[in-house]
Amino acid sequence: MKLLLKGGRVVDPANSVDGMLDVLIEDGHIARVGRDLPVEGADVFDVPAGAIVAPGLIDIHVHLREPGQEHKETVATGTASAVAGGFTAVACMPNTDPVNDHAGITQFILKKAAEAGLARVYPIGAVSIGSKGEQMAELGEQKAAGCVGFSDDGHPVRTALLMRRALEYAGMLRVPVIDHCEDPSLKGDGVAHEGFYASTLGLRGIPGVAESLMVERDVSLAEITAAPVHIAHMSARQSIRAVRAGKERGVSVTCEVAPHHFTLTDEALNGQVKYDTNLKMNPPLREQADMEAMLAGIADGTVDVIATDHAPHHLDEKMVEFDRAPFGIVGLETAVPLVFDRLVHRGLIGIGRMIELLSVNPARIIKVPGGTLAPGGPADITVLAPDMKVTVRAPQLRSKSKNTPFDGWEFRGGVAATIVGGRLVYRSDREAAR
Amino acid sequence: MTATNPIVVSDSAPATTALRSRHLLGIDGMDASEITLILDTAEAMKEIGARAIKKVPPLRGRTVVNLFFEPSTRTRTSFEVAEKRLSADTLSIATATSSVTKGESLIDTVRNLEAMDPDMIVIRHASSGAPHLLARMCRSSIVNAGDGMHEHPTQALLDAFTIRTHKKRLAGLKVAIIGDLLHSRVLRSNILLLKTVGAEVWVCGPATLVPAGLDRLGVTITTSIDKAVEGADVVMMLRIQQERMHGHFFPSLREYFSLFGLTRERLLGAKDDVIVMHPGPMNRGVEIDSEVADGPGSVILEQVSNGVAVRMAVLYLLAGRDETLAPQ
Repeated sequence: MKLLLKGGRVVDPANSVDGMLDVLIEDGHIARVGRDLPVEGADVFDVPAGAIVAPGLIDIHVHLREPGQEHKETVATGTASAVAGGFTAVACMPNTDPVNDHAGITQFILKKAAEAGLARVYPIGAVSIGSKGEQMAELGEQKAAGCVGFSDDGHPVRTALLMRRALEYAGMLRVPVIDHCEDPSLKGDGVAHEGFYASTLGLRGIPGVAESLMVERDVSLAEITAAPVHIAHMSARQSIRAVRAGKERGVSVTCEVAPHHFTLTDEALNGQVKYDTNLKMNPPLREQADMEAMLAGIADGTVDVIATDHAPHHLDEKMVEFDRAPFGIVGLETAVPLVFDRLVHRGLIGIGRMIELLSVNPARIIKVPGGTLAPGGPADITVLAPDMKVTVRAPQLRSKSKNTPFDGWEFRGGVAATIVGGRLVYRSDREAAR
Repeated sequence: MTATNPIVVSDSAPATTALRSRHLLGIDGMDASEITLILDTAEAMKEIGARAIKKVPPLRGRTVVNLFFEPSTRTRTSFEVAEKRLSADTLSIATATSSVTKGESLIDTVRNLEAMDPDMIVIRHASSGAPHLLARMCRSSIVNAGDGMHEHPTQALLDAFTIRTHKKRLAGLKVAIIGDLLHSRVLRSNILLLKTVGAEVWVCGPATLVPAGLDRLGVTITTSIDKAVEGADVVMMLRIQQERMHGHFFPSLREYFSLFGLTRERLLGAKDDVIVMHPGPMNRGVEIDSEVADGPGSVILEQVSNGVAVRMAVLYLLAGRDETLAPQ
């Protein structure tokens, strides 16, 4: 089976490629990248004018909710949402029900992903049994089953000792530990960023240092164990400082920021609709200075990855008092528009850096194939449309859940097509006809 | 105080003729003219409470539901009396006996009530923003009787009414509010109201109980009760809850009283004609000494009786009736 992507601008920063080139795909792999390739029996996909042919985007922080919470999302609907968002692969967090702390659950998830046949799924296994922070889970068995990272996401890795041992042990297995950084005592029963808006709205606050204190812990432990640590969903300016300082010392620390943390602040809680639970997530939307620190970190290289923390919740669960609503918003289908609209088109980063943040670095951190269009590699490709007008319509999201704060928002930049293993699994022009 | 000798307020903004919103979710978003309208209307309502037959017809045939998710004797009975004096049909639901204990959601609880077409729902709830959720989802007019740590607008209105009665004005007064600032909805509503009508607001409490960013509301923050009370026209004490000791907010009620309790000696720093207020219920010997609570400057019981008049005014104005308030 041959597919020829004709007439697009290929941007492949891992190989320092940026030019008007064609890409030939054969049997699910990239066969050739070159000028004016002959068709020779291949199916032709005419890349739309102005579009960019990039290595497939990889979201390393996604909640697929299966097993156990299928009313919110399943592997099938989540991977459909992923490819609609331009992602050829996702890494899914273990806070399912039961928690993915066992090889059998990883195998179940992989089976579901294969049945869906859309985005690749790389499970992240739990650091501790049940993510309770008491007993290390069988990390070796989990790696053998296919886990690409370990995390107790939803919770921080509970103690410094467990985090240290996990780093040493996972480091031995050459798998990163991914931490949801949060000091539980400072977080308390907080539901919003501790600041002026939480005070005005009478919401219990979560200070930025609740996050950064644990970032500092993890950077120090990564330093003494010489093992890689990846900090999930950064939101606080103090956290950026801690990661930057760690990197300067040569610590093997990487970090990610979610699109909502470089787009929205806590001021949004006091908008036209007050107490909108589609603005409730953990870590919370913080103040202007924190958002600016995220932007600066994205621009200067402190931030390695943009990952969505896609967290679907059923409407019934979110349509309650703010205190009681679960934390989280969906993000797979709004990530690319937000990155284009708020970062690229505002001149903060270029296309090359965008691809590093969304493809090259994620692939490197979880050590999976991808992030590159070098011949021989899997044909995971995202065709990006930098000038596509995108209007977010929550009811039309592919995700089973519609908990997004961006309903009705208009962005410049979107996804024209998504190709996984040489198969065209999403194209926006067919969607427009839906 | 009789209807023939009304308060003349020298400096307030002229009253508007109607409230802009069909809900009362908070003081947030109200302007001085609306506040004046409510207070002026409350004057007339107070007169009704002085009659032998304390009943007027404006809410006749209207159904008002009091939906209290938090226990409350004072506020709930105050609303009930207000509703009955306006001839409304009232219904009070205490959620301990309702289907809420069976797990019914807030929205479903209210929607089931709505199926019986209440005109207004008065809601008190432990979650900030619960009234706002209802206002978005339901048809009835919503009156916030206290939501979490957010607002208690009728309390602030009756506080302002009480102050205005004694001081003949609100602008330019120094009002000191002392206590658990962090968790107090009474504080937030009072700050918003008093700043809107031009009062000078000082707030005082332990450093552990000062909400982040409070200074942005234009208040002076101090941890010294003496500085707060100095030259004050009004001293308002807030309740301290014993549970706060578990969050390491302060070590003991005894130490709280010694640093922040209002005693007769401390009150000497205020103006001679200072009035002492408390939204209730009081913890005697914790935030306020009995000597002060029962003393000459205390208007605490007046606050309670003014509460009925102010709530009558709010319900009357939200119902939008301009029927006569003449005796039935």
